[in-house]
Amino acid sequence: MRVALFVTCINDFLHPRTGQAVVTLLERLGVEVAFPAEQSCCGQPQFNTGYRHATEPLVRRFDRAFKDYDYVVTPSGSCAAMVRDNYPRIAAKAAAEGRGRELTDAAALAVPKTYELTEFLVDVLKVEDVGAYYPHTVTYHPTCHGLRMLGLGDRPRRLLSQVRGLELRELPGAEECCGFGGTFAVKNPAVSAAMGADKVRHLIGTGAEAVCTVDNSCLLHIGGTLARQGSPIRPVHIAEILASTEDAPMDGRKAHTSADGSVR
Amino acid sequence: MNGAYLGMPAFPRAAAAATRDGRLRANLTHATHTIRDKRARAVAELDDWAQLRAAGAAVKDRTLRHLDHYLEQLEAAVTAAGGQVHWAADAEEANRIVTELVRETGEREVVKVKSMATQEIGLNEALAEAGIRAYETDLAELIVQLGNDLPSHILVPAIHRNRSEIRDIFLAEMGRWGRPAPEGLSDSPAELAEAARLHLREKFLSAKVAISGANFMVAETGTLVVVESEGNGRMCLTLPETLISVVGIEKTVPTWQDLEIFLQLLPRSSTAERMNPYTSTWTGTTDGDGPGTFHLVLLDNGRTDTLADTVGRQALRCIRCSACLNVCPVYERAGGHAYGSPYPGPIGAILTPQLRGVEGALESSLPYASSLCGACYEVCPVAIDIPEVLVHLRERVVEGGEVTRRGTRAVLRPARGHAAERAAMRAAGWVFDRPGVLRAGMRLAARTRRLHPRRLPGPGRAWSQTRELPAVPAESFRDWWQRTRGTGTESARQGGEGT
Ligand code: SF4
Repeated sequence: MRVALFVTCINDFLHPRTGQAVVTLLERLGVEVAFPAEQSCCGQPQFNTGYRHATEPLVRRFDRAFKDYDYVVTPSGSCAAMVRDNYPRIAAKAAAEGRGRELTDAAALAVPKTYELTEFLVDVLKVEDVGAYYPHTVTYHPTCHGLRMLGLGDRPRRLLSQVRGLELRELPGAEECCGFGGTFAVKNPAVSAAMGADKVRHLIGTGAEAVCTVDNSCLLHIGGTLARQGSPIRPVHIAEILASTEDAPMDGRKAHTSADGSVR
Repeated sequence: MNGAYLGMPAFPRAAAAATRDGRLRANLTHATHTIRDKRARAVAELDDWAQLRAAGAAVKDRTLRHLDHYLEQLEAAVTAAGGQVHWAADAEEANRIVTELVRETGEREVVKVKSMATQEIGLNEALAEAGIRAYETDLAELIVQLGNDLPSHILVPAIHRNRSEIRDIFLAEMGRWGRPAPEGLSDSPAELAEAARLHLREKFLSAKVAISGANFMVAETGTLVVVESEGNGRMCLTLPETLISVVGIEKTVPTWQDLEIFLQLLPRSSTAERMNPYTSTWTGTTDGDGPGTFHLVLLDNGRTDTLADTVGRQALRCIRCSACLNVCPVYERAGGHAYGSPYPGPIGAILTPQLRGVEGALESSLPYASSLCGACYEVCPVAIDIPEVLVHLRERVVEGGEVTRRGTRAVLRPARGHAAERAAMRAAGWVFDRPGVLRAGMRLAARTRRLHPRRLPGPGRAWSQTRELPAVPAESFRDWWQRTRGTGTESARQGGEGT
């Protein structure tokens, strides 16, 4: 089984610990992971903002980077959804515009082998107890793309429920969008902030120490809102919880600049 | 909120104002959450909902593909049953036809059944200009009309008002339109409904002309269908002498059998009822029963142009149930008025830019009025993939492309005002296609991370007003991999500067 990590551009640049956690976790489960450095961005920001043509080279690049692997695992529900839902659309439109079969073939290869991390664990590796230890109260926010485009269902919750020491707190209004939505947060900042404020109010209400998701992009917005409100709730990617063990604990992250501009 | 929709500020600005209106947000949150929970329960009762939904979508798609055929069948059936059919290419033509038809009756007043199509074309305003007063008889439409307001929801046009606001409007305004509200009116729902009933009864009994829309038109028999909860529609459809129905051409269904699907999908999705209280059907005219004269005005107003778009045409399946509004987190905060048309919420965000074109400031902002969370698609009873259409329309805004305008193909130029964004997207695409450059950029950002501002300038400014910016870590994943794992999977050729 040749497995490649698609770390995604946001993780690569802003949340390298998530990628490290995926590598640690998969290796602990006996999977040898490769990182094809030719990879870059899935093209979601461009595609969702209306720049479909700009995504075509990235579809080709994805194909080149991962064509030698059986599985592509990514710690991002929205990037996995981008590949699965939108690569075929991009290919179909390119074909309709007369750009041949190349993208169609690339999409046809990419779609069936691309897995979001929790899907890969539950559906391919068939594990729910990954041997993790994380002695904290945690609440889980199901991100929209994970929930509705990928249909992750309760896979993340099943994995979390097996983590020793972890107490899972139910999040009211869990299935409501946090308000990030990529460029939505920039183009409609007031509505985005209002949605983020409501999400954070529910999060604080749970009394949990940490909030986890399958997507760092949503956590960026949730964490930024929490930090601005001075809340101690830690945003943490589910991979970091699942990678955490008694010997090598991971403690969530504090990835926001503090008042003096230094990095905590 | 006064006057017509056109000339509304673009969505982000209108929405920002609405998010600051605490009462509006409280009214909306309460109302939408109540109805969305009820809808979920009503839908869960049917174990064949998924099949019903697929069937509804399939019937609509098939009908739309052969719409010319079904419309001709409909016209023939309506005419044979004693009705008269008029074709209106746009709002102006539809308003002219209706105004003429009312004038011919010699009446100066008409009663109205709640109708989205007549809202869309601004019929009430057009009639007023011709000296004809149109009385809305749906309770919520009445509240909107008395309040000199605009509807903000498809099903509950006055959803943005609470009970005490409604009482104040009734007390202040009813007397100017007819029977005044009783003195000492309280804000209990029963008293408010009774005040409306007394006020409206006068209108029903004196009206000679009624104007309606229709939820469905059955092509095989020429039958029109109105689905409602209050019974006021039934009064308007049966008591007056003349009935004029203005209906969008996409409301056609081929047969009565098809109705069976939609009469299950619609009430559960809109009011969370198993069956709506009143379903009225009428076919042409019948001697001694109901209106003696019946006119059907078939409205295009951008619909055939929408039909020409292979991705966007699915918006024409819409049965106006409003389920997508009730689950939409953006609608809940922005309110219906921000969408600048009678079609608010997710369906408005894809329908308005298609019916009117994307060139206007409001119309080009609407496809971006969504976080693409997908909740609307999940609840839509005819499975309209609203996020897919939103992204498709975003492409039309920023990249231009081919569209159909009044039946002819036209090439749309990319919208101005997106030039900087377009350049940034191109640059990002260029970098993302060159991992070597990407890595160098990340290294530079990491090295200068202590110098990064805490507040962003330009378009990102609003973001950093309410959220902390993420810190840039000292080392990217790429660099960590290379440092700890070597270059095992990174050959110089593969990792090069792109091809
Ligand atoms: S788009 Fe779908 S959910 Fe929204 S009003 Fe139309 S039919 Fe209902």
